[in-house]
This record gives sequence, structure tokens and C-alpha cells, in this order.
Amino acid sequence: MKKKWLLLSAIFTIATVLAGCENRLMILDPKGPQAKTLSDTIILSIIVMAGILFVVYVLYAFMLVKYRASKMGDDYEPPHEHGSKTLEIIWTVIPIIIVVFLSVVTVQTTSEVESKPLGYEDQEPLVIYASSSNWKWHFSYPEEGIETVNYVNMPVDRPVEFRLYSYGPITSFWIPQLAGQKYAMSAHVTKINMAADVPGSFMGRNSNFNGQGYAQMEFEAQAMTPADYEEWVNDVKTTAPELSEAEFDELLETDFVGRQTYSSTHLEFSPAPEGQHHGAPVSDEEEMKTAPSSETDHFNHKDAEEAE
Amino acid sequence: MKIDESLPLEYSTEENRLKILGFWIFLGAEIALFSTLFAVYFTLENRFGTGPSAQEIFHMPPVMIETILLLTSSFTIGLGIHAMRLGLKKAMMTFFVITLMLGLGFLGVEIYEFVTYVNEGATIQTSAFLSALMTLLGTHGLHVTFGLFWGTAILLQVRKRGLTPETANKSFIFSLYWHFLDVVWIFIFSFVYLKGLMVL
Amino acid sequence: MKWDEFFVFTGDPMLFAAMISIIVGAISIVVGLTYFKKWAYLWREWLTTVDHKKIGVMYILVALIMLFRGGVDALLMRGQTAMPENGLLNAQHYNEIFTTHGVIMILFMAMPFIIGLMNVIIPLQIGARDVAFPRLNSVSFWLFAAGAGLFNISFIIGGSPDAGWSAYFPLASLEFSPTVGNNYYALSLQIAGLGTLMTGINFVVTILKMRAPGMTWMKMPMFTWSVLITNVIIVFAFPVLTVALALMTMDRQFGTKFFAMQDGGMDMLWANLFWVWGHPEVYIVILPAFGIFSEIISTFARKNLYGYKSMVVSMVAISLLSFVVWAHHFYTMGHGVMVNSIFSISTMAIAVPTGVKIFNWLLTLHKGKISFTTPMLYSLAFIPIFTIGGVTGVMLAMASADYQYHNTMFLVAHFHYVLIPGTVFAVIAGFHFWFPKVFGFRLNEKLGKLGFWFITISFNVAFFPLFILGLNGMTRRMYTYSESTGYGPLNMLSFIGAVGLGIGFIILVYNIYWSIRYSPRDEDGDPWDARSLEWATHSPVPVYNFARVPKINELDAFWFAKKNNRMLSDDPYEPIHMPSNSGMPFLMSGAFFAAGFCAVFSWWIPAIIFTIAIFVFMALRSFEQDHGYYISVEEIERTERELGGDKK
Repeated sequence: MKKKWLLLSAIFTIATVLAGCENRLMILDPKGPQAKTLSDTIILSIIVMAGILFVVYVLYAFMLVKYRASKMGDDYEPPHEHGSKTLEIIWTVIPIIIVVFLSVVTVQTTSEVESKPLGYEDQEPLVIYASSSNWKWHFSYPEEGIETVNYVNMPVDRPVEFRLYSYGPITSFWIPQLAGQKYAMSAHVTKINMAADVPGSFMGRNSNFNGQGYAQMEFEAQAMTPADYEEWVNDVKTTAPELSEAEFDELLETDFVGRQTYSSTHLEFSPAPEGQHHGAPVSDEEEMKTAPSSETDHFNHKDAEEAE
Repeated sequence: MKIDESLPLEYSTEENRLKILGFWIFLGAEIALFSTLFAVYFTLENRFGTGPSAQEIFHMPPVMIETILLLTSSFTIGLGIHAMRLGLKKAMMTFFVITLMLGLGFLGVEIYEFVTYVNEGATIQTSAFLSALMTLLGTHGLHVTFGLFWGTAILLQVRKRGLTPETANKSFIFSLYWHFLDVVWIFIFSFVYLKGLMVL
Repeated sequence: MKWDEFFVFTGDPMLFAAMISIIVGAISIVVGLTYFKKWAYLWREWLTTVDHKKIGVMYILVALIMLFRGGVDALLMRGQTAMPENGLLNAQHYNEIFTTHGVIMILFMAMPFIIGLMNVIIPLQIGARDVAFPRLNSVSFWLFAAGAGLFNISFIIGGSPDAGWSAYFPLASLEFSPTVGNNYYALSLQIAGLGTLMTGINFVVTILKMRAPGMTWMKMPMFTWSVLITNVIIVFAFPVLTVALALMTMDRQFGTKFFAMQDGGMDMLWANLFWVWGHPEVYIVILPAFGIFSEIISTFARKNLYGYKSMVVSMVAISLLSFVVWAHHFYTMGHGVMVNSIFSISTMAIAVPTGVKIFNWLLTLHKGKISFTTPMLYSLAFIPIFTIGGVTGVMLAMASADYQYHNTMFLVAHFHYVLIPGTVFAVIAGFHFWFPKVFGFRLNEKLGKLGFWFITISFNVAFFPLFILGLNGMTRRMYTYSESTGYGPLNMLSFIGAVGLGIGFIILVYNIYWSIRYSPRDEDGDPWDARSLEWATHSPVPVYNFARVPKINELDAFWFAKKNNRMLSDDPYEPIHMPSNSGMPFLMSGAFFAAGFCAVFSWWIPAIIFTIAIFVFMALRSFEQDHGYYISVEEIERTERELGGDKK
């Protein structure tokens, strides 16, 4: 009974997902190339896994139906079996093949989502700095010289590179329908590449627990046509107030704020932790432009761990 | 208690054999512990923030003295165990006393070293590098301190009860511990001090 | 520190009720013991015992209490999220509760339950009189108990940790978690972890050195194998936790800069250290479960375990791989394609040996004669449900896809699908299976099966919806969500499942009560017609375990001896050497508790005094001369007669 129910529910879920009925699950309803890659990967893996489950469940049901004591007769004595080389090779080799296949897929798709979105390779990405503080998201547009809080607008059909960092606990920047998530941390900058194929409003949030206001730490990500985007930027530049250092510090201290818009960014007086070394503050302009230290830090660390 | 005469005293009973194996496994855990501390140190060694770097604070002379003291003590405790196997209680105790004195000397120099660091403004709170350094050295130092008390307790027991399977077993296990601390120190000496002074 | 900070007087009715119930519970235990004049009995038979069977029973008892505590946490969490914008708990409470739920279920429920079963069964299964270091075993238990106690009082004194069971920095730093909650976390896990490390050493030596004559490596029962491998993992993984927790304490209470946001500190270092321990920890609780299932499946299929060798090899492979996969817990930390790919592949590789095990269990059933007893039902339900947990694990292992699953309910569903059918079903199955070994009677089968169906069905109702919620973008650890998200209905379904699970556990506990009162006593010592050596002695087991040490010449020697009407040993009785009881482990762990408690509040002078007390106890032990005692041949003969004659 139970197993049938399980099997049915598993099949049902997969069917729902694949059929893509009205309310598609957010992660499987991508609106940009990165999220599309991930959604395809997930669906592929679900199909492979359903195949494995099917094999196990069929064998399982067969054993349980056929070899129950009530069917076997009182004098039946089960044989003494040691195992079978052939069978063991089969059920080692086949999983290895599956794992190899999935590894290839993983490596491929991981490098795909870590680089510029497919189909947008020739365009210069729009850089937006997204920084978190308890419990807000600050979005700085160095190109345009504007800044928003708790909402982000971007043009469609243009790659966007988010550079993430945090003014406090580790957070995770996530717009499920556009791209997978990544941590924002205080010591260095991490990056997400994405692009939106269609205009629309998407849910974005911090997905890494960071204290009391975590549940509310959402933002709206709106993809707009380039014309609308231009208009919005110009609008902000002319109407919104400038962000002063004092104001920004006050903003950091405030737990919850609604949407805010400014016609300057905090990057000028509180730069992102790019290319910092030794935890010392960086003054050199050149060093600002070097790659974030995250890679080297991690490798150092990993080596040390492996030395164990 | 079955005593097997064909084996050295410290291995002579089943319980003793179990204890020695158990202690080896404990040393395995200790290796994991120190490896983790080394990993932490290597991760943080160049992250000294606004504080001093390794080259700025390391001084070779006290480190050399510490190294010589501890290496010698490892040798003397080996002599102690050798004496124990020959049944020479007095010689064994003498070597143990020398070992503990050398350990005490090591600890004294290490405390002097720490005081120097603090006087130079390099405290455990200054930077991640110093936190990692002092925790690694401190953990080793605490092990030595514990060893001094432990060794003294064993000496007292040997004096009172003589060389029995029990006291021999304890002394032997203590010697394993002491050698282990020496090995850890060799790693600290090479990969903390020498490496720290070499980096340009 | 002021008194109102010390006791958590928030005026919250629920907290108040919890406090009252703890106080009432404590008082009633004290009054009850006094009234029935059981203090001396308690001290003599339990608090000072070094008998592995009694220590095991105490472990399991504490684990059941912790299961209750963690279960209440779970119900509150599911209750709070059952409806959008629910007001059952506020954010702070919710955060404390999911943190304590995680810590308690893994470290104070799953681990001690497993260690408890291991204590009761392993010496019996290898034909030994006790573990290698009985006194150390008692120290292990009492340190665990001290840690568990310290962790649990945080709820009413000072406040519980609230940074998640993984306690990531900088969130767990003094700046962002200013209460003493994470001091409790660091110190209580430190104390309990020391106990676990000693258990690890103890059982490795026990299994390496104390097996019955003739029991070579490949004649060891599968549970013994799994416990050996588990304890090796403990020995190498727990020191990492020791260091991580020590660094946490130093950062929070001594101002060091390991994980700080300035002066060169590195928040990612904590995540790495935590998971270098944390991932092997998962296998510490799952491998013995595999061992338990292997024993039960082969017993009730009435067949030897299929592919014994490959079962052993696959467990060794899993244990080695468990140390090289930790970074899959934070693919999203931005370490680049290369690192993520390596960890993806090593993680997926674990699926291969695990798959081998699943197929071996299935083939054990093949041509068997399956009887559906309660322990067998849990073991059989384990296979299909755990496989779901396993395949979703492979899905999560794919770094790219994990960018979408990470921190979502999909992940939550996955690890519950692994840990509940894996570990929890295993310990419940083992509990039913070995209960008659310890107490001499079986738990009621009807109630057992009723509980099984409640637990199994409710489990799926509670956790399957979370997969879908995760794919719909619901993240974990959110104390509330808005109605517009559409997460409401499935969360309600999950809550209903959680209630069902609760009912299942109540049935389980009721079954213990019912069976103590009414269950027929077992005469034989081998009620399941089982295969391994623990069934070769009486039930309940006499203090010396085996009157004569059995001789082993094959795997499942007891089974073949039964069939061929052979004795496992016919040596004459000999006096048996036994370790004497000691109150010192109990008192020493009291000193640990007190030192830990004072350290939580940074009361350094009393903390140092209690720490010195710990060393005084160690010194006393060193100077103590205690060679145990002997049980005479006459006494063995008398006991064996009373227990119903000689056993094979």
C-alpha cells in the first residue's frame, strides 16, 4: 500500500513538473538562460533518478510479494548464498556509469552558469553591486551612479553581473527564476551572472539564515525593456536624493526599511571588499581592480585541509 | 590477573595491552586535533590585518632553546624506558626527573616567548594570524603542562609501588605521549617558525 | 549579569509552561525517588555502574527523552509554518527552536541512541565480557549526559542558541548573537564530544582486541563491522569539532579573531571546519544503521546476508569518501567551477557503494522466508524511503543544480528522507529487535505495527511536500511566509504529517509501558530465532555476559550451532574477572557540567575551580588501586541454574 502510494506520488510530482501545468514550480519556471540551464539539469536528474527508483521498487516489490513466509510453506529452508560476482559487477558498474554521466553534466552546467549567459556572450554586462545588511539588500549601479534598497531593476536581453558582499552575516542572493544563488560575505566579493529573457517581476530573497529578520529579507527583481530601464534610470538621477555617508551608516543600522532610491552609490565612500588582502583596508586604486581574493583564499584553505 | 612473563612488563597483562593500543588510537585522535590546528594556522598565517607578521615577531634564540630542551627530553625519556625494561628503578626515575625538568624548562621559555609577544603588542586578539599562532602553540604548551603533572603522578607511583605491570604500563604510555609532543613540536618548529622566518 | 537576564522571563506563556514542566518534572523525580527509597538503588545500580548493558540502557533512555524534546521542537516549527503569517512563535523563538531541534536530534538523540545500542550489543555480539575500558565507558556516558543537560537548560537559563545547528559565523559571533546561547552550544557540544571521542577509542579497541576466539575479520557480524568503521570515523572526525568549538568559544569569549569580520578573520573557515566534522558525522549516524538493518533483514528473511564482503568493502569506501566531500555543503560560497566539480564528483561517488548495499539487501530477501515482525517492517520500509533520500542526495550533489536547492525545503526534505528512514527507523527497529535481549520480553507486536504504520505514513506526509515546496522556492528556516507565496496548503499537509509522527511516537512509548506490564516473559533468550552471538546467552543477560567464552568458526556461528545442535563452547567454568563500580565518572561529569555552566556565563573563577576539580578526579583515578573482582565458579553455576540452565 504505502509503497504504491509513494511511487504514485513520485510519478505524480514528476508528471506535474514535466507537464508544466498552470502553477509551475518556481525553480522549474525559468525566465533567463542561467535558470533555464539549471531547470533543465534538474529535470534531467529527476528523470534519471526516477529510473533508478523504478528499478529498485520493482525488485523490492517482487521480493516482498514472492518470498513472504506465509507463501513459502513451513518446511521451506532458505538457501545459503554468498553473493554473485556477476551481479555485483553489474550493480557497481551501472551506477558508476550513471555517476560519470551526471558528473559530466554537472561540470558542464556549472561552468555554464558561472560564465556569461548563453546567447549574451558578446555583450558587456551591466554590473550591479548587491550588498546585504541586517536585513536589507542594497543595490548599487556604478555605471549609472544610482542606488536602490530592497528592489532591483534591470534591462531584459542584457547580461547582468551581480557582485555580492555583506555588511554582516553570510547571506545568499537568490532570484530563483533568473539564476541560482550565491553567498554574499563580508571579506570578499562573489559574482552571479544572469540575464532576463522577458520583462517581469521576480521574487528575490536572501536564502541563507541570518537572524531575526531573515524571513522578511525579500526584494523584488524587475526586468524591464531597455527603454523603460533607461527612463527609470534618468528618472532616478533627476528626482532621487543623493546618498550621504551618514545616511548610509544610518541605513545600515536600521533593521527594516522599505524601498529606497538614491542618485549616488555608497561605493564611493564604502567600497566593496574587492581584492583585499590580509584583512587590511585597501587604499591602492590599482589593487581594487584585481580579482577578488576568494579563489586564492579558498585554495589555500583547501590545501591545508588536505594536508591532514 | 594473568601475567605473561615473556613480554616486557608494560605489555605483560591483557589490560596493559589494551591500554597501550587504546593510547595509540588516542594519539591518532591527537594527530587529527593538531592537524586541524595546523590547517587553521596555514589558512590564517598571512592574514595579520594591521598587526605584525610572522617575520616581525619571531625570534630564533628562544625557539632554538625550546627545541633543544624538548628534543633532549624526548631522548632522556627514551633512556628512562630503557632503564625500566632493565628493571633499574632508580635510573628510570632519574631519567624521568630529568625529562620533566627539561619539560619545565621548555615551558618556562615558552612563557617568556609569549610575554615578549604581548609586550611587543602582539596579543591573541590582535589578528587572525596571532590567534591561530597562539592557539596552536598554546595547545601544545597545555599538553606539555598536563604532561608535567601526569609524569609527576607516575613518578610518585613508581617510587611508592616499584616497577609493577601497572606502573610500567603507565610509564610507557606516558613516554608515548611525550614523544608525540616532541613530534608535534618538530612540526611547529619547521612549519611555523622556520617557514615564518623564510617567507620574504 | 542581572537575574532577569539569567532566567529567561520573557512573559511568554509557552516558555513559562516549558519552565514549569521542567521544574515539576524534576521535583516529581526527586520526590518519587525519596518516597520509594530508591536513591541507594539508583546510585548502586545505575549511577556508578560500569556494565556496558546498563550504560547502553541509560544512553537509550536519555535518547528517548531527547527525541521527545526534539520532537516537540519539530511540532512547534511545523505548527508555526502550517499557515501563512501564523503567530504561534515569534522569529526569535522559531530560530532557537530550529537550532535546538537540529542539535538535539543529531547529537543528543541519534548519536546516543546508536551508541546506546552499540553499548548493549557489541560486547555480546563479539562474545566479550565487557568493553575494553569499562570505567572510561562510564565516563563517556556521563560526559554525554552532562553535555545534554547543559544544552537543555539553555532554554530556561540565559537563552538557547539561535544561529542554526551549523552556527555559521559571523552570525554566531558575539556581535550578531549577543546572548549566551552560542556559548552553551560550544561548551555543551564540547563536553558531549569528549565523551563521544572516548567511546570511539573504547569501541575500536574492544572490537580489535576482544573478539571471541576464532572470530576473524570476515566472521564478524555486519553490525560489529559498521560500529568498528563508525568509531574509526569518530576518532578522526571529532577532534576537528573539538578544535572548531574551541575556536568558537575563544572568538566569542576571549576576543580572538579566527572568524571575525576584521583583523584578518575568515568567516568561511568556520563553515569548512564545521563540515569537515559534520559530514563524517552524518555517516557516524548512518553506518551503524546500515549494520542494524543488515542484522534484522537477514534474521527475518532467515537467510545469511547477501554479498557480505561487498557490504564491508562498501562501508569502508563510504567512510573514506565521507572525509572528502565536506565542501558540498557550500557550493554557493563561490569557489569556482573546478572546486565545485571535484566535490560534486566525490559526493556522487558515495552513491555507488550505497547502491551496492541496497542491492545486497534486496538480494538477501531473494529466496528468503520473510516474516513481517515490527523490526523487519521498519527495515523493509527503510529501503524504498531511504532510496528516495539517496537519489535526491545525488541530485543535490550536482553543484550547478544545488545553486537552486541550497537552503531550500528541498534540502530539508532530502536530509530528513535520509536520516529518518536511515537512522531513526534503524534505532527503532534495533530497539524492538534487541529489547527482549535486555529485558527478557518482547514489545507488543500489534502496538509495534500500529506505531510503524503511523510513523511511516506520517513521515511521508510530513516530508514529501517539502520537496515540492523547495522546488517552488521556499527557503528553510523562515519562521513565516506570506499567503501570496502559495506555500500554505503543502505546509499544512506537512504539519498534519508531523502530528501523525507525534502520535506514532506516543504509540511507541505506550507500547513500552504496556509491554512492561503485560507482555509474556521470554523463557528462551532467543525469541526471534536469530543468527548472531548476542542471542547465545540468556535474556536478560547476566552481568558476566557469557558463562564460557564461545568459540567461533564461521559467520553466524550461533545459527549453525543451533541447527546442528552444537555447543559454542564446552570448556569448564572459570572464575570471571569483572571491573568494579565507581562513582567517580558521575561526580567528574558533574564537575564538567558545573565548569561548563560557569564558563557559559564567563564566570571564570568558579569555572577554573571546577576545572581543577576535574583534574583532581583524574589524579585520584591515577593513584587508585582497583583490580576489580572475581565471580566464582559456584556463583556462575548458581546464576546459570537460576536463569534456566546452560546455554549453548
